Amino acid sequence: MVQVRMEANILGANELLARKNRAVFAGRGMLVVNLMSSPGSGKTTLLEKTIDHLQGQITLGVIEGDLYTDQDARRIEEKGVQVVQINTEGACHLDAGMISKAYENLSDREMDLLFIENVGNLVCPAEFDLGEDFKAVVMSVAEGNDKPLKYPLIFREAKVILLNKMDLLPYTDFSLERFGHDLEQINPTAPVFKVSGRTGEGMAEWIEWLLGEVKGKRAENIKAF
Amino acid sequence: MHEFSLIEGVLNMVRDSASQNNIGKVNRVKLVVGRLSMALPDSLHFAFEAICKDEDLFREAILEIEEKEIMCDCLACQRSSELKDIYSFICPACGSNRIEITQGRELYLDYYEGEEVNGAGSNGG
Ligand SMILES: Nc1nc2c(ncn2[C@@H]2O[C@H](COP(=O)(O)OP(=O)(O)OP(=O)(O)O)[C@@H](O)[C@H]2O)c(=O)[nH]1
Ligand SMILES: [Mg+2]
Ligand SMILES: [Zn+2]
Repeated sequence: MVQVRMEANILGANELLARKNRAVFAGRGMLVVNLMSSPGSGKTTLLEKTIDHLQGQITLGVIEGDLYTDQDARRIEEKGVQVVQINTEGACHLDAGMISKAYENLSDREMDLLFIENVGNLVCPAEFDLGEDFKAVVMSVAEGNDKPLKYPLIFREAKVILLNKMDLLPYTDFSLERFGHDLEQINPTAPVFKVSGRTGEGMAEWIEWLLGEVKGKRAENIKAF
Repeated sequence: MHEFSLIEGVLNMVRDSASQNNIGKVNRVKLVVGRLSMALPDSLHFAFEAICKDEDLFREAILEIEEKEIMCDCLACQRSSELKDIYSFICPACGSNRIEITQGRELYLDYYEGEEVNGAGSNGG
């Protein structure tokens, strides 16, 4: 009998690729945001609204992760923003290898801001570094209060949290107070933007914050050279 | 969850290493899994058994999983503690939410054991 010690990170291959992606993105001074949520929380809708606010001010690209369809990618395309679709064929998350291929397929690889819409899932995407600058988590008031406590890792990893479908708040039993209290325990530092993809409520504050991040990234890049 | 692809990744690593080390049969694979990693031990066992039975190299292999507790260092009171509730990132000693997770995200292949081709081999343990 032989014992072979490996001490090898099971996600090591992904992490290596993620590091490569991060270096490529940083070299171009672009901000990369990994957008995650449960299915249907409003990632694509908020992307559309965000694009409406930013078009003309900065240059954008989108990588759309989806199990099988290209519906979300078409919605982005209609906005006139370059987009590449990744079909994961049933896989529950995007990984760094998929991102590097998709990025190569963008028509223009120089941009200020690259959004990655991850597969709708609060569990698996949290573990796969894509090489992004930060994770943004979307959650809607229609999903109920229990999500942060049930999926703490993804909420803890988020740099920013978007609470969507605020227009529906009066029709739900969602408690903003409890949400705030739960996040105090899980992620006390992430800013929370209360928004509605339907009415546009709260979008201005989110956009202002996001533009701050884009500028910060650009400044970092200038310093590095 | 992606336990199947995780196990496939593990078996790929073991297969490569086994062929380099002249190992023809794997008896045991040992993983270390932190409680904060999103991989569920039961699902890992299930995937392991399902995949292994189809390949001679792994047919008799058993999977051992060592789970790691979630540990944190508190930036407020400087104490280290175990976090029992994975949904509450609060220092159990002083209640501060300024903590750093120091253990619990592990997800790695520790070692595997097997038998060399042509029996006799004995490179020790
Ligand atoms: N009332 C209301 N509906 C919304 C809001 N945002 C999105 N929706 C609706 O919610 C549904 C899902 O929105 P999407 O933007 O497709 O959600 P998604 O997170 O991209 O979904 P997947 O990509 O399938 O995970 C659509 O019918 C949207 O019109 C909102 O702020 N208020
Ligand atoms: Mg979508
Ligand atoms: Zn403390």
